[in-house]
Amino acid sequence: MATNIRTKFELKMGAATREAFGKALLDLGRKNPNVVVCDADLSKSTFTHLFAKEFPDRFFSFGIAEANMVAAGAGLASSGKIAFVASFAAFVLNKGFEQLRVTAAFPHVNLKVVGTHSGISIGEDGPSQMSVEDLSLACSLPGFVVLSPADEVAMTALVHAAAEHVGPVYIRAGRPKVPVVHSPEQKFEIGKAIELIHGTDVTLIATGLMVAESIKAQEILEAEGVSARVIDIHTIKPLDVETIVRAAKETGAIVVSEEHLVDGGLGVRVAQVVAQHHPCVMEFVGLHGYAESGTPEALLEKYGMTAREVVKAAHRALNRKKS
Amino acid sequence: MKRTHNVDELRAIAKQVRRDIIEMTGAAKSGHPGGSLSVVEILVTLYFDVLRHDPSNPKWENRDRVILSKGHAAPALYSVIARAGYTPIDQLHTLRKLNSIYQGHPDVRFIPALEASTGSLGQGLSVGLGFALAARLDSRPVRSYVVLGDGEIQEGQIWEAAMAASFHKVDNLVAIVDYNKIQLDGFVKDIMDLEPLADKWRAFGWHTIELDGHDISALQSAFAEAAATKGKPTAVIANTVKGKGVSFMENNPKYHGVAPTAAEVEQALKELA
Repeated sequence: MATNIRTKFELKMGAATREAFGKALLDLGRKNPNVVVCDADLSKSTFTHLFAKEFPDRFFSFGIAEANMVAAGAGLASSGKIAFVASFAAFVLNKGFEQLRVTAAFPHVNLKVVGTHSGISIGEDGPSQMSVEDLSLACSLPGFVVLSPADEVAMTALVHAAAEHVGPVYIRAGRPKVPVVHSPEQKFEIGKAIELIHGTDVTLIATGLMVAESIKAQEILEAEGVSARVIDIHTIKPLDVETIVRAAKETGAIVVSEEHLVDGGLGVRVAQVVAQHHPCVMEFVGLHGYAESGTPEALLEKYGMTAREVVKAAHRALNRKKS
Repeated sequence: MKRTHNVDELRAIAKQVRRDIIEMTGAAKSGHPGGSLSVVEILVTLYFDVLRHDPSNPKWENRDRVILSKGHAAPALYSVIARAGYTPIDQLHTLRKLNSIYQGHPDVRFIPALEASTGSLGQGLSVGLGFALAARLDSRPVRSYVVLGDGEIQEGQIWEAAMAASFHKVDNLVAIVDYNKIQLDGFVKDIMDLEPLADKWRAFGWHTIELDGHDISALQSAFAEAAATKGKPTAVIANTVKGKGVSFMENNPKYHGVAPTAAEVEQALKELA
């Protein structure tokens, strides 16, 4: 077994990605007067209230009416604004989906859609508030860039990258505080995955809060003598084909983990790349249906969003690779 | 493009547009002639008189914006923008055919001069609200006009936008309802009645004007009144006749979405001579 290049991670708890989004948006507002923000009565939860307080003229309250907000945001974007529309992922994508299709994707407008409280880690509010389909929905829209930052460092950088990118973007954010997995110096580029830990036996690909779990899984595997590579895919679309194909070639086994339905999420997108360019053994860690109320920790445990499940998947992949 | 405030000249353009609609839908053998014919004076008055725009510079930042939210009336819009100088007149007969810029419903991917892709009903007023908010933020003299179908405003999103527009006090936004009283399945009053329609817009905080949507001078006055109205958006409820100008199409639900046959084209063109 090869030795890992990188030494053991010290995972420290950081801010929620929704909070990092709100702070980055405020910073963006200070730097660029062309940025406008729309929200649908959730600004305290999405953290767009930070922007609203400092730039009331550039903040538009739309009330609980996401379809109108998305289409009006597209109108603002068509008029030359860098328009951010934010709500819970479950609402802005599901209630605004047709508007995203006709008013944003068709004309390829410069709209930035932010869905917070994604996945099951929103917790006690339960499944009506949990978005487990958003990556699938957003990726289905032609021309959309789809971002899923793992921590506050990634979110901060990617909010700025999204603003610089000309065209529609979806950014996924979460409710709970999450561990910081990236160093402050880490550079982020849309469409460029980040290899956090080098390894040669199996690759653990992850997005969002499953990146931290995959890092923990790597440490468990390392103790067992297995060399695991860890890759953070913060851009779900367009995918970093080169990094994925290299992992397939060099490790021959891939586990994809995401806090999202396994149908239509990152896993199937990675599998498409692998199938086309370099087929290898793959396993998937994700959700298989709607969840329930509970603490975020209890839910993540019950629904398998843990390092332990990633390790089990890695074992399955390694067994299949041998046979 | 010849701009004019002269009602007789605008009427002559409207007649030409009606002829185009009949010929285009006849050639396409599909499309929506009824609701195209009802909206003609509204679009002609806007494009040939009211709008601040420049067909030779379609992306001029200070232009007024028009969205045909009832996108199925595309033949009327295509004829008007072609006759205004935005797009080729000699391709109008390619409507709905493969490789045509004249798609079944307006699509900015094929005609970049359009302000929005429409056809999925209910969305145009929200986009027009976005235009109006952006213009106000930038202190541009832009006015935003959104043409709605009557059946279309059964969509809930229209009322979300109506609520938001008056809440945000946008007075550079005008909604025009082409109230021809007929939708695909029959008469609006039998499918999902809109009455009392003017009261609804007033209750949502809009300055509301009711008029005959085929009366060009009434439309001119209404758009001037809208421009003079401050602090709130204006709704123009234009009472129109579906299939206007063609005897056998007028008030006939059949011609919502059925194209005229060759013989019907011939007869209609005689009536529109």
